[in-house]
Amino acid sequence: MKVLVCIKRVPDTGARFELTPDGQEIDTRNLEFTISPHEECAVEEAIRLVEQHGGESVVLTLGPEAAAEQLREALAKGVDKGVLLETDGSEWDPVATAEAIAQAVQQLESEQGQGPFDLLLFGNESADAGYYQVGVRVADRLDRPCVAGIKALKVEDGKARAKREVPGGWEIYELPLPCVFTVKEGINVPRHPSLRGIMTAKKKEIRRLTPEKPTMQLVKRRLRKPPERGGECEILGEGVAAVPKAVEKLKEIGVI
Amino acid sequence: MILGVIEHDRGKLNEASLEMLTLARTLGSPLEAVLIGADAGPFRETLKEYGVTKVYEVQHDQLGEYAPRAWGTSVVQLVRAKSPQAVLAAGTDRGNEVMAHVGAALGLPVAANCTEVRPGEGVYEVTRLRWGGSLLEDAELHGEPKLLTVAPHALSPEPASAGEVAVEAFRPTLDEKDLRVRVSAREEREREGVPLTEAKVVVGGGRGVGSAEGFKILEELAHLLGGAVGGSRVATNNGWRPHSDQIGQTGVQIAPDLYIACGISGAIQHIVGVKGAKYILAINKDPEAPIFQRADFGIVGDLHEVVPALVEEIKKRKSS
Ligand SMILES: Cc1cc2nc3c(=O)[nH]c(=O)nc-3n(C[C@H](O)[C@H](O)[C@H](O)COP(=O)(O)OP(=O)(O)OC[C@H]3O[C@@H](n4cnc5c(N)ncnc54)[C@H](O)[C@@H]3O)c2cc1C
Repeated sequence: MKVLVCIKRVPDTGARFELTPDGQEIDTRNLEFTISPHEECAVEEAIRLVEQHGGESVVLTLGPEAAAEQLREALAKGVDKGVLLETDGSEWDPVATAEAIAQAVQQLESEQGQGPFDLLLFGNESADAGYYQVGVRVADRLDRPCVAGIKALKVEDGKARAKREVPGGWEIYELPLPCVFTVKEGINVPRHPSLRGIMTAKKKEIRRLTPEKPTMQLVKRRLRKPPERGGECEILGEGVAAVPKAVEKLKEIGVI
Repeated sequence: MILGVIEHDRGKLNEASLEMLTLARTLGSPLEAVLIGADAGPFRETLKEYGVTKVYEVQHDQLGEYAPRAWGTSVVQLVRAKSPQAVLAAGTDRGNEVMAHVGAALGLPVAANCTEVRPGEGVYEVTRLRWGGSLLEDAELHGEPKLLTVAPHALSPEPASAGEVAVEAFRPTLDEKDLRVRVSAREEREREGVPLTEAKVVVGGGRGVGSAEGFKILEELAHLLGGAVGGSRVATNNGWRPHSDQIGQTGVQIAPDLYIACGISGAIQHIVGVKGAKYILAINKDPEAPIFQRADFGIVGDLHEVVPALVEEIKKRKSS
């Protein structure tokens, strides 16, 4: 089984966003970066599928050179190979991103000459831009069946069986391979890389391709912070001594 | 003409569609709607109330169950036949999925989860959610027609009757590729206790809780208050709680009367899940924890001491 998983590098923000003065970006000077959570689960799913069925997993990202860090993280967890579609770090809209990924998939598949990837996995939406469409667009562009937002996946007898959570239960989908899924956090609990994994990841191959940047049709003008919840916090006290006062408050606001 | 894609599950209307129509009405007229795989009859009154003058009832014998690409293809064929200026759907799982297929077929971007839309000459200015709503983006949307989804709960649905609504049948041509992905079965889930999204009181636990065991006392507190237990991503990622209990950007968004945050630092991705809470009580041993800046009441202390004492005190009051 061959699985390709697509991820995105996003800042690991803490308690607040600070924006750059021109409102174009999150100020990331004091921030670390991470793989967006849904995609972290997609990576885990890819590793498990290959552990179970044999074969090979490949992780791909479109982003700046620095996004190689997130590819290494996936490689350290157990993915076999990395592909970086290198950009200048500026924002790509969903049409451009999907087109670049679809072309890269076609190139990788024709080079390896063993037919298509059995599965392409994406996150349901990236944590930062939240376009909710890149995976579906890649699927349609390559004419492969696709379901978005799944939280369970099983592959058997050339078929994939996926579950999507809906109010009160689950929808079940059965797709022939090759196919495409976008996954949601909760499909699994992702592993941490082992020390050995981190060492071997350094030797794993990262392929670099440079897609051409087209004209964007969804263009960011600026970022803004919505009004924040908050105001004054009344500190009721320290430790158990604060408990009677807290219970009074709960009565006051009518929950007891 | 502005076209709204009406979301329903086996004939049951999704209320987010009414929010979508409320926004769609402001973009131009007439407002028309497309209904896929259901009889328009039961929807007519509601759609009329929300300003829809015509409903296209998409008829096909294979559309009894939700089929994302078939829905998308139906909308695309309708767009080609009727040339709307804009196509909108609700920013739900289905709405975003269907519009992604529409966008792919038309080679146009979809502006997902818009909260405001200002139509202009050839370009729409939109405000959309990023980071699950922690951040807003002002953006320009190009292309013809404009494709967008409306963020749920961004505005309240407001009726504005159209007077009359016509129904027109529309028969799409669907092939095997459109129909190969569809709901093939369903599983019901047992409901146990109060669901997180409906609970009046939610007790949330984070890294400070320390273990799955540690959540027992939080369960007891929630039970006493008739509420439910949730957690931060640290709690779910460590396997202390199932992911369905996760509150925040990649979990559920809740709006209880009271949220009690225990051993939770107050990361922005967590807070975005509780911004609908009327009151927040934070219990944290670090007086500098950011959660105190978002809470209404705070107790500085070790939750392993404070929460059991709170349980005892409430029991005492209840019995006296
Ligand atoms: C893209 C993205 C999406 C995310 N989505 C989510 C999401 O949906 N939900 C979510 O929750 N997080 C999400 N996160 C993670 C988020 O950024 C934080 O890492 C996480 O919320 C922190 O969880 P926490 O508060 O439990 O842990 P920590 O930040 O480690 O905080 C633990 C707190 O507990 C206190 N504490 C420790 N021991 C005790 C004790 N004995 N008594 C009292 N207090 C104690 C500490 O003082 C500290 O403030 C996301 C992150 C990213 C990058």
